[in-house]
Amino acid sequence: MSPLTAYALILVPPVAAALLGLFTARAGWAETSNLLAAAVSFAASIVFVTLSATEPVTALGGYLILDPLAGWVVLCVAAVYLLASIYAVGYMRTETTPARLPRFYALFAGFAASMFLAPVMNNLGLYWIAIELTTLVSTFLVGFDRSPEGTEAAWKYIIVVSTGISLALLGTLLWYWAGTFVLGRRYDMTWSLLEQAAPKTNTVLTTLAFLLVLAGYGAKVGLAPLHTWLPDAHSQGPTPVSAMLSGALLNTAMVGIIRALRIAEAAGDGRLARGGLILLGAISLLVAALLIVRQTGVKRLMAYSSVEHMGVVALGFGFGGPLGVAAALYHMLNHSLNKSLMFFGAGNAARLFGSKRMSSIRTVLRYTPAGGALWLAGAVAITGAPPFGLFLSEFTTLRAGFSGGYPIPALLMLVLLVVIFVGFLNHFRGMYFEPAPGTTPDAAVRLNGWVLAPMWLALIPLLILGLWWPNRLWHLFGLIAGTGGGS
Amino acid sequence: MTFTPLAASVFTLFTIVSLILAFVMLGSRWLKNYMYAFTAQCWLIAILSAAVGYYGGFPELYLVAVFTALFRGMLLPYLVFRIIRRMDIDRELHEVIRPSSALVLGAVLVILALAVARRIGVSLGNPGNVVVLAVTVMLAIKLIGFLMLAVRHEAISQILGLLVIENGIFLGSQILVPGMPLLLELVILFDLLIAVSCFSVLVNYLVAHVGSTSSMRLRRLRG
Repeated sequence: MSPLTAYALILVPPVAAALLGLFTARAGWAETSNLLAAAVSFAASIVFVTLSATEPVTALGGYLILDPLAGWVVLCVAAVYLLASIYAVGYMRTETTPARLPRFYALFAGFAASMFLAPVMNNLGLYWIAIELTTLVSTFLVGFDRSPEGTEAAWKYIIVVSTGISLALLGTLLWYWAGTFVLGRRYDMTWSLLEQAAPKTNTVLTTLAFLLVLAGYGAKVGLAPLHTWLPDAHSQGPTPVSAMLSGALLNTAMVGIIRALRIAEAAGDGRLARGGLILLGAISLLVAALLIVRQTGVKRLMAYSSVEHMGVVALGFGFGGPLGVAAALYHMLNHSLNKSLMFFGAGNAARLFGSKRMSSIRTVLRYTPAGGALWLAGAVAITGAPPFGLFLSEFTTLRAGFSGGYPIPALLMLVLLVVIFVGFLNHFRGMYFEPAPGTTPDAAVRLNGWVLAPMWLALIPLLILGLWWPNRLWHLFGLIAGTGGGS
Repeated sequence: MTFTPLAASVFTLFTIVSLILAFVMLGSRWLKNYMYAFTAQCWLIAILSAAVGYYGGFPELYLVAVFTALFRGMLLPYLVFRIIRRMDIDRELHEVIRPSSALVLGAVLVILALAVARRIGVSLGNPGNVVVLAVTVMLAIKLIGFLMLAVRHEAISQILGLLVIENGIFLGSQILVPGMPLLLELVILFDLLIAVSCFSVLVNYLVAHVGSTSSMRLRRLRG
């Protein structure tokens, strides 16, 4: 099978499911087709990532780039899409009327398709458009319940993110302009061509362009200070959507920054570019640490944890070197799995106790032993405790920082991670072990297998990835670091 | 890239007028005037595309000009006017600072844009006044768009602020990178149309479920 065929098998099923969801009125069909599409996409993404672990291949007239980086991010998206689709079967039936379910699944599958599209875009402009497309589709998912809060979150999301990525468009334009002095007035705006031209381009222009692109896509990744849309959108969307936003979308926007970093390195701007990335990552960690400690909403807590982890990924790529890049990529997958698990748990708890406020969620284990235990294990994992995957990737990021000549940011990261560890788990202590006689859970709510199974499916790989870093992944990360990101 | 003196003065005229129109928008409270200025700016950009196509030898820019006039000059204003009618408001009610102060701030932003453009111009070895002017106006319109987003809180003003930002980028791209692939320009134009349709749906939600079109009222979610 060629990489292109594998990629087509990833992209076509969600597109088909989205179309079916638009034209059918039957909730069951929409639900089943979305689930099937997610399963096929996930299987194909494993094949795709294996096939793409070679030299980068371009396809369809050079518009698609099927390289290991694209393969890896597509795999992260597909994993979250599958988990969230399973969860959605159990969750959405209770959240909305059957009449609105086909609309939901059409948007959901369309959102997944748009995220499969973005990482393989070989053209800076088309990548920008794909990212814009993910925003437009997911806005309606964020505001799906049509409550005042949901609408508010959707509005802030589309305004802040559109404004943010208009910076990236300006940066793209300046980059193209810088390239015209080397490549002539007309050329294809591909990542690799700009990288080739980079050593000969004007440094003032390329530096400005990189910083604009970083700020623009940084807004979409949720890096502070342009993270303000993230907690609102993540907390107000239906839970499967929160998982997709956090676990999948942020990674697809990170691809743009990684590829841009590659061009900046080629232009000899690497030190400054990585410094910018480290700065944004450190600010994100700081903001997340401060807000996690004093958070009251359970889904907002998870959202700020996403800001934190995107900060860690940014630091990993910023530290650079094979170690930093590998750590950041590994962190992406671990975070995707773990954050999905956390949102699923938060969605279950919010349903069970009828509130998103953590003060109403008390003695979780008494009401849902299995789900509660899984969620608690996930909470331990997401704060970076061993033996789970995030411990390994955060530890490697720190190693990369200390060995790569960035001891102060690495030290800062360590301190902030400890603060977050304490703050985050303190909220869980409250929710699990503090008695609160005033709250009684909704006895009618039963958590079925559909909402518990994806939690198992997320936790088990997370545990395996924490105990054993497969050699083939090292090889894959080495390929990505060799062709970019690293120094 | 060098242009003939005639072409250079034509481009200069169009870019300066676009900048003035951005100030007209910044200084007006009435949404109608705001929209007329925006429409005029879009048409200017369309004519500019055609002019660059003519003087620079880029025949594909004629097509871009036609689509700019059609999408940005006609369809977009139509969509936005429809939103305004549905919201039943005719002026910006939720401004943070007075238009006169906003104009002064806008002037400061133009000076900032000029400083950045000068710096770029020097590093490129003085590429000619038109290029420096184009960079200045592109950055200035972009910054003015940001200013509008920051000081105006009516939903429609925020959409317009975003569109002004994109106008600035589009204006700059016509002069700086006329050779940019045609496909890309068309897709970006189309993308804008979809974005505005999404906004119009959201405005409906805002009216129906929040009961207000001012984003100042959108403050349930914080912290």
